[in-house]
Amino acid sequence: MPVDPQSPLISIRDVSKFFDDFQALKDVDLEVKPGEKVVVCGPSGSGKSTLIRCINQLEKHEKGSIIVDGIELTSSKASLNAIRSKVGMVFQQFNLFPHLTVMDNLTLGPIRSKGLSKQQADDMAMKYLERVRIPEQANKYPRQLSGGQQQRVAIARSLCMEPEIMLFDEPTSALDPEMINEVLEVMTELAESGMTMICVTHEMGFARKVADKMVFMDHGEIVEMSEPGKFFTEPDSQRCQDFLQQILHH
Amino acid sequence: MKLFLLMMTALLLGGCSGDWGWYVVNPATKSGMNNLSFLLSGLYYTILLSVTAIIISVVVGLLVALPGLSKNPFLRGINRVYVEIVRAVPILVMILWVYYGLPQVADISITVFWAGVIALALSDSAFEAEIFRAGIQSIDKGQYEASHSISLSYTDTMRFVILPQAIKRILPALGNQLVYMLKMSSLVSVIGMQELTRKANELVVTEYRPLEIYTILVLEYLVLILIVSAGVRWLERRMNADEK
Ligand SMILES: Nc1ncnc2c1ncn2[C@@H]1O[C@H](COP(=O)(O)OP(=O)(O)OP(=O)(O)O)[C@@H](O)[C@H]1O
Ligand SMILES: [Mg+2]
Repeated sequence: MPVDPQSPLISIRDVSKFFDDFQALKDVDLEVKPGEKVVVCGPSGSGKSTLIRCINQLEKHEKGSIIVDGIELTSSKASLNAIRSKVGMVFQQFNLFPHLTVMDNLTLGPIRSKGLSKQQADDMAMKYLERVRIPEQANKYPRQLSGGQQQRVAIARSLCMEPEIMLFDEPTSALDPEMINEVLEVMTELAESGMTMICVTHEMGFARKVADKMVFMDHGEIVEMSEPGKFFTEPDSQRCQDFLQQILHH
Repeated sequence: MKLFLLMMTALLLGGCSGDWGWYVVNPATKSGMNNLSFLLSGLYYTILLSVTAIIISVVVGLLVALPGLSKNPFLRGINRVYVEIVRAVPILVMILWVYYGLPQVADISITVFWAGVIALALSDSAFEAEIFRAGIQSIDKGQYEASHSISLSYTDTMRFVILPQAIKRILPALGNQLVYMLKMSSLVSVIGMQELTRKANELVVTEYRPLEIYTILVLEYLVLILIVSAGVRWLERRMNADEK
């Protein structure tokens, strides 16, 4: 289905999410256009992870609507599965499959859920391993790789599903400092290739370079949403200013 | 292993002096050889019974464990009820009930062998279910989330991601269950299964040499179980070899 470039690929309206009595998201509104890069930041516990996890249905929202690529996330199971394969996700803890080689990590999804042949899946896996610059690690197990390499494998694993949207949840937070850049470089290249991305990250250098839209969350709400130029120089809210102060002078 | 060899020689030497009458199983004499092979002939059914029962109980255990992991309280309830009831029945009682009771209830005829297999498998399946449940629960939540994010179905997630990791972790526990099963199979002798214990009992009745014959029986189980334990350890090492 061709998407009108002006219509949003993701449209989040008035979304609330509760964990028992605790409200993790409060009437959140967010639109993401095709190819747009959104960077989400905010203090711990502000609901950043919950927000992006709602987009790929790892969490269910209780109120409001989330529409991805024209399909509302409450409709039939079949259409939900269709959406699921269009949204890739990269986790803070990589979550690679430890008992499978890098190659098998990458080909499992394409073979089992997209019905590709082993050969097609292998070709695709090699293509994306080259993209993330570790084709030579194809036959190793995740534990034999450094953290940065593992996260790049995780990115390649998502890309092998050929998603239209990539979600990143603090992809560099679990990494040693010297490995952060190799992952950010891969993400920057992905951004330049035109992928629609929502990244939860506190890497503000990356955000400045890549983001079309900055989002600041606090206590389950979107407090500030603006383009990076304005966001970093003159944010409207005091909370956002304080937060930026804190992490930029860290 | 060394300890075992020591024990065995000690026993055999002891037999040469005191009141032991090893002649009943002396392979040098014709009757001794006959007796020995009579005792050993029970090995076939002990192994066949245990292995068949463990395979069935692992499958049933897994099928019972899965609803136990569900978010749905009704499915979890099914798991709890099954485990609690089956665990509460003594194995010997289960064997008697399956052999004498089940044919009447279900209006079927059942051989001694299959009664034994069903009783042992049922009894053991409750424990297998708990082992599987604990093993599957020990797998990190992130593995499910990653599977979800690459669109794997529930079945594929279990088959390719969760179970291979869980089974590796519970292999020692599964090995223990097999050892347990080999030992419990001796109880099936009460309904006439011609396995190791039954053979020993029958020989005792004709030869009046319980000490020697039951000593041999002990050794038979000991050797069998040591071999199984070694096999399980070997398998564990092999499965972990790719981790190095
Ligand atoms: N499964 C859950 N059950 C109960 N509460 C939860 C659950 N997941 C998240 N929460 C709560 O919801 C709030 C938002 O969590 P979330 O993980 O979205 O925050 P975050 O902004 O990603 O924080 P961090 O920077 O620490 O990752 C937190 O207060 C958290 O304790
Ligand atoms: Mg988070």
